[in-house]
Amino acid sequence: MDRIKGLELTGAEIVVRCLQEEGVDTLFGYPGGAVLHIYDALFKQDKVRHVLVRHEQGAAHAADGYSRSSHKVGVCLVTSGPGLTNAVTGIATAYMDSIPMVILSGQVATHQIGEDAFQECDSIGITRPCVKHNFLVRDVKDLAMTMKKAFHIATTGRPGPVLVDIPKDVTANKCEFQYPETVSMRSYNPVKKGHAGQIKKAVQLLLDAERPMVYTGGGVVLSNASAQLKDLLKLTGFPITNTLMGLGGYPATDEQFLGMLGMHGTYEANMAMQHCDVLLAIGARFDDRVIGNPAHFARNLRKIIHIDIDPSSISKRVKVDVPIVGSIPDVLDEFLKLLKDAKLQDAKAWWKQIGEWRGKDCLKYDRKSKIIKPQFVLEKLYEVTGGDAFVTSDVGQHQMWAAQFYKFDQPRRWINSGGLGTMGFGLPAAMGVQMANPGATVACVTGESSIQMCLQELSTCKQYRLPIKIINLNNKYMGMVRQWQEFFHGNRYSESYMDALPDFVKLAEGYGHSGLLIDKPADVEPALRETFKRKKDLVFLDFLTDQTENVYPMIPGGKGITEMILSEDL
Amino acid sequence: MRHIISILVENEAGALSRISNMFSARGYNIESLTVAPTEDASMSRMTVVSVGSDEVIEKITKQLNKLVEVVKVVDLSEAEHIERELMLIKVRAGAKEREDMKRMADIFRGRIIDVSDNTYTIELTGDGRKLDAFIHALDQGAIVETVRTGASGIGRGNRVLRV
Repeated sequence: MDRIKGLELTGAEIVVRCLQEEGVDTLFGYPGGAVLHIYDALFKQDKVRHVLVRHEQGAAHAADGYSRSSHKVGVCLVTSGPGLTNAVTGIATAYMDSIPMVILSGQVATHQIGEDAFQECDSIGITRPCVKHNFLVRDVKDLAMTMKKAFHIATTGRPGPVLVDIPKDVTANKCEFQYPETVSMRSYNPVKKGHAGQIKKAVQLLLDAERPMVYTGGGVVLSNASAQLKDLLKLTGFPITNTLMGLGGYPATDEQFLGMLGMHGTYEANMAMQHCDVLLAIGARFDDRVIGNPAHFARNLRKIIHIDIDPSSISKRVKVDVPIVGSIPDVLDEFLKLLKDAKLQDAKAWWKQIGEWRGKDCLKYDRKSKIIKPQFVLEKLYEVTGGDAFVTSDVGQHQMWAAQFYKFDQPRRWINSGGLGTMGFGLPAAMGVQMANPGATVACVTGESSIQMCLQELSTCKQYRLPIKIINLNNKYMGMVRQWQEFFHGNRYSESYMDALPDFVKLAEGYGHSGLLIDKPADVEPALRETFKRKKDLVFLDFLTDQTENVYPMIPGGKGITEMILSEDL
Repeated sequence: MRHIISILVENEAGALSRISNMFSARGYNIESLTVAPTEDASMSRMTVVSVGSDEVIEKITKQLNKLVEVVKVVDLSEAEHIERELMLIKVRAGAKEREDMKRMADIFRGRIIDVSDNTYTIELTGDGRKLDAFIHALDQGAIVETVRTGASGIGRGNRVLRV
């Protein structure tokens, strides 16, 4: 890219130039007073495409989905005050799932800061607990370096969102622009290479393991380590499970894959986690939705190896025996070298045991039902899309069923809010996914409650002709809330029934899209087939599903990983 | 157990609240916190006293290290170290108590740095226990006002924390 040296640019122009230098091609945002100069600078160029959302939460989620599905940095631009506060849910969502994002927020002019000016808020203070780092740029001379640092911090180490708050006068002031080639920070130097001695120790444990188990999370996806992981599993023949965030990190159709683990994980994955003698955890963090009660988990003795880029994720909830801090692909490369010609223990008995657990068929459901079963819709979605779609989801039962029934063979195809559990994520995230992957099949699996939380983005989809397929599993309840109320609150369905639902077909049509209501199991597959043939249109499929269906298996909150509730007919 | 943690941090606006925010957000305890620039004006040194099990303290140091502005963290309590705190204490010192109060300050190697008709202000330096002991040694009714800086710490001998 040509460099303009010695030329004075305004802060707004510098912001845009920095985005260009970072290779940003798409920016999600919403204009407002404090960012008018930046919008003016955007208007005068055509390298960075701006996508106008309908609410700043949508901008953050779209940038997030863009990043998750492409391994690029997601970037969004919001104005000061409410623009920023609206984006906070999206920023926190990205933070919990370690998504590399740069959020640019406008701020009132530097001389107004602290005076309770119009549309002023303490953006740095508000976002501090939900960003990897944030910056307030007080001088236009610091702008380029700050932008460079923001992208550097967002993408290195454990990735995460970084906010750059830019006062309006800084965007108007001028200075000479030169984009820094490199950045060096004495306080920020994430490690990459794992400790050789620790890696040797870990490999020895794997060689001695009689009941080995591999458990991988979002870290594998974020660090693009799927190839190394596949090689490792091929070499060892070990069983493997993925967390909700890790799905697609290892091919779900592979024989060694035991399914997702955790609160709604498979019986075999959870049992194997508890009864293994050596556990290799990679880019996963033993969170409460994964291993349940840590005291119960600790009852069975096993050696734990934990590979993670973030030292603070190691020995946080579960004490591990061999911690390895480093970048996953680098560490796995070392593992592969050491394991190449090694002789492993015979694991026949272990696989036989796993086979017995698998025999429970824990995901079975009533296939003869006259009412549409949500699981059936997802199985058919998988079939119809050939397992090759990008699937975003909202949060709740439909999210768990999608995770259980859509078999992801590739990373970055399953896009969901795992850590924060943000309802409203699915549709705007799907916009980001579609923007990053034009021509790809994108399905948004959602529910009648979640979809209403960012519904306004249907308008954005129309403006940019995003042919997302919305799979609405409509059971007229906040399904997961209803399920917990059934199990733990004596069937008192307090405020979980969704009354006065809109006619989703008409609603979709109102936004200029097509919609279809499906209320019979026999119509599910034909509707999906027709819909996915329409490559250019957004289609809203409203499936009326069984209101009483629950997600099984389920580990009740605070219980141990093997204390699963299985479906009634088991 | 009580731990004294030293932190070198970039001297930037917001660094202090980033650190104190981490403690409160994660439910870690802060007994005292002091901060001031070092000989290198671009860097501040912070001393945090916290109480927790070894596991909790390890989590705290990891979380501190994770903060982008934190340059270095060391748990001083892991080895020999020196710890000092400054207290300014204003006590009643009317004609009747004046002599006793002066003697008490001398015993604790305090210095009287301000005098009025009926008060002394005493400056006292030491570790936290010494300051506690002085407070307890006084007649509680004699104490008018106290202010303490919180602990500062430094490693003994060749134990050095710098970039």
